[in-house]
Amino acid sequence: MNVGVLVFPGSNCDHDCAHVLKDVLGQNATMVWHKESSLAGLDAVILPGGFSYGDYLRTGAIARFSPVMQAVKQFAAEGKLVLGICNGFQILLEAGLLPGAMLRNKSLHFICRETYVKVENAATPFTNACKPGQVLKIPIAHADGNYYTDPVTLAGLQANAQVTFRYCTVEGTVTPGSCPNGSLDNIAGLCNAEGNVLGMMPHPERCTETMLGNEDGRLIFQSMIASLEHKQVAEVR
Amino acid sequence: MQASTPPITKELIAQHNLTSEEYQKIIDILGREPNLTELGMFSVMWSEHCSYKSSRVHLKKLPTTGPRVVQGPGENAGAIDIGDGLCVVFKMESHNHPSFIEPYQGAATGVGGILRDIFTMGARPIALLDSLRFGELHSPKTRHLMKGVVSGIAGYGNCMGVPTVGGEIVFNDIYALNPLVNVFCLGLAHKDKIFRGTAAGVGNPVIYFGSKTGRDGIHGATMASDSFDDQSEQKRPTVQVGDPFTEKLLLEACLELMERDLLVGIQDMGAAGLTSSSCEMASRAGNGMELDLTVVPRREPGMTPYEIMLSESQERMLMVAKAGKEEDCIAICRKWDVDVAVVGTVTADGILRVKDQGKVVAEIPAKSLADDGPRYERHYQPPAYQDMLTNLNYDALPDVKDANVALLALLESPTIASKRWVYEQYDHMVRTNTMVRPGSDAAVVRIKGTKKAVAMTVDCNSRYCLLNPYEGARLAVAEAARNLVCSGAVPIGLTDCLNFGNPERPEIMWQFVMAIEGMKDACEHFQIPIVSGNVSFYNETNGLSIYPTPMLGMVGLIDDVERSMTQWFKQEGDEILLLGSSREDLGGSEYLKVVHAREQGSPPYLSLTAEKALHDCVLSLIQNGFLRSAHDCSEGGVVVALTESCISGPERTFGAVVRLNRGRLRKDAVLFGESQSRVLVSAKPVDRQAILSEARRFGVPVEVVGAVSGERLVVSVGEEGLMEQVIDQPVATLYDRWAFSLERTLNHS
Repeated sequence: MNVGVLVFPGSNCDHDCAHVLKDVLGQNATMVWHKESSLAGLDAVILPGGFSYGDYLRTGAIARFSPVMQAVKQFAAEGKLVLGICNGFQILLEAGLLPGAMLRNKSLHFICRETYVKVENAATPFTNACKPGQVLKIPIAHADGNYYTDPVTLAGLQANAQVTFRYCTVEGTVTPGSCPNGSLDNIAGLCNAEGNVLGMMPHPERCTETMLGNEDGRLIFQSMIASLEHKQVAEVR
Repeated sequence: MQASTPPITKELIAQHNLTSEEYQKIIDILGREPNLTELGMFSVMWSEHCSYKSSRVHLKKLPTTGPRVVQGPGENAGAIDIGDGLCVVFKMESHNHPSFIEPYQGAATGVGGILRDIFTMGARPIALLDSLRFGELHSPKTRHLMKGVVSGIAGYGNCMGVPTVGGEIVFNDIYALNPLVNVFCLGLAHKDKIFRGTAAGVGNPVIYFGSKTGRDGIHGATMASDSFDDQSEQKRPTVQVGDPFTEKLLLEACLELMERDLLVGIQDMGAAGLTSSSCEMASRAGNGMELDLTVVPRREPGMTPYEIMLSESQERMLMVAKAGKEEDCIAICRKWDVDVAVVGTVTADGILRVKDQGKVVAEIPAKSLADDGPRYERHYQPPAYQDMLTNLNYDALPDVKDANVALLALLESPTIASKRWVYEQYDHMVRTNTMVRPGSDAAVVRIKGTKKAVAMTVDCNSRYCLLNPYEGARLAVAEAARNLVCSGAVPIGLTDCLNFGNPERPEIMWQFVMAIEGMKDACEHFQIPIVSGNVSFYNETNGLSIYPTPMLGMVGLIDDVERSMTQWFKQEGDEILLLGSSREDLGGSEYLKVVHAREQGSPPYLSLTAEKALHDCVLSLIQNGFLRSAHDCSEGGVVVALTESCISGPERTFGAVVRLNRGRLRKDAVLFGESQSRVLVSAKPVDRQAILSEARRFGVPVEVVGAVSGERLVVSVGEEGLMEQVIDQPVATLYDRWAFSLERTLNHS
């Protein structure tokens, strides 16, 4: 899999994503500077976490104007895989590639800790290695992860199985108490109607090695690899 | 010289915190009266903060060399060889005064400053730790300060993408009007690519890059060299404002500049801004420097040379490039949207010459600014009250009535309680290296591309230092090393951040001198070099000084990540052993403070030989794979250590049944006394004999005290056959008190 990791000014999980792809999973990862305008040769792009433009104005609000975002829109329209993690998710929302917006966490604090998320849709290119309803332990680290959208859009997301991850208890029950940030409907991650663009607040790249105490995050990247292999096989046929 | 400069009056000299003797020395150096700009430059460079004028004669005593030392004190940070062609670069610094005046920005810029010190050396910062001291949380002012400081650290560190992996916080009303904010940073560099602050090569261009210069922070260094009174909040304009986003760009630009062969030297503009960076770089190389202020990027028009030279605007750097490489440097800065300008050249005459609009506005020998500041051998003597502090009559102190109540009170006391409320606001996982997260004896960060990991801890029990500054400093070194050893790391280096009151007072100077002696003796015994440091004097408000607080940041190396250790119990049925022996060490203990409201007595006894034997023994046990957990006994003694081993694990809690031999000791001393050189470990029962014989080999006392078992913590005290059960608590209760008390206090106020 050839993955481009976008680098915006202030991105700071870019190296972590590249490390997982290259050193842990043996894939090709290229850093793509935000002033680039082409994503040619890539199978997938990752918008990494961080504080693009210092989170000034609003999270992701300035990064969406970076030249590379035009190419990302085109890339997504072609059905290629786009994964936004944390600040990457916020940028995808601001760019209109995913619906809704992020509010400040209910506690008004930055929160960094493990969370449990339930895989609500295991049929996406980002979750096909998971079992439906599987509970993953993946850490969050954000101040603005309190997802919000209007009731009509929410109903659409739910009806279309676009809500990919919900915060839950360790047993997999979705409760208000298991939501760390006040997110609407406990939403931790969601995809577009076509399923090829995913935004998620938890950081799967932070939990892919036993040494760091948790490997659940691998499933996200392994799903992407599997879906691309599947697609290539289909194309050959 | 500038015609418009006002006459230098006595009042003006006093306003610049210079004595008349110091002013005379300036006249002798220049051979004339200084102008206002020059007076300002001397005043900041000769301030206590920049010149170490009261401390330098004593700091020289500290051991700073060793086979692993790549860079000792005197540069932006120290560097230690960890093999594989790599170095760790680290330092700790205080930002106490600004954090009291404006807690968010004070703490944030403290983080920003120490980060620059690290990446200036060519190292990518990979870990931050903080040592904080506040008053007790019953005061709304303290809660405000604490919330502000924590948000400031989070706001800056998180945005930079450098994980805050550990730290410690102690609450005591002595810090109510003078909180301490000490930030430690560690970076990773290639051993052959360490950069230094030197202006070598006459004719080389001097390049300014980073934020524009504004009027903020003028005389920050002078403020940090003065005591506070009730008017201190009026000093708010001297506190700088941080911009972590610009600093992140500066970091990436710096590391990219350093990857190419472009630079001769580089230094950040910290305290005393453009003045310190220019004269220090020139002085280190034995050169001079000519600066043209006309081209310095500025935030606002109309700034005078005085303001530009003294501004402490954040996120600025000065580099000396190789001649002809200016354009390459400028291109990299532009890529990262960082302001950049060639502002001068390196000269041969040793003079720092500053021009503005074509006119010379300052002309001072660089060396006299940077290195020839005054040196004082200040008078020191112990305070008259010292004996009163150490005098503790044990007979008048009732032994513990209900140990359950005492344990819960200790677990709830904010100094011992979990700091989860704090560290969850810090991104402690970014960069995906954090093996042991905050809340442990030491933080452990793996080094990608090697089998190694680095352990780090920050420590100082300032109550011990108050009661006996010499012993307190030795104890701080011993505890820091013990913390590292418990994680499986060999201590390899130390940085210090020495927080004290007004050095012009003999009893404060005595505390300082004694603390230095204590650090020196302990470091020499353990062979741990001190490679960087910082002194913060004048930590007093309205004449009330803080406890002497020689904060230490210690770094250890784990050669094989497979052999690192954590403090929490792992398995039901494991045996619990106590290494080391217990004495009647209640003096200065947290128990005495929380239960008896006394901060008195002599600090715990410490034998450096016994301590070193314990370290060697624990490391050997870990390396041989005999241990499942290892936890240092410190504040709150054996029972608090035991409780933490039960409840601090990331996955689940455990119960334990423990029997402690009392010998001739008081019950409370056995349970909560803070005897040193003790480590609580757990192990598989099958490894018991191996552990006992290994301990014997190192001459370390050891006792099997119980087992990991059930859902309750049950502790008995007594002697064989005559044990009295004194503690019986559900682990869930202990966890609740320990994990949430800080949050409850802060959220319901």
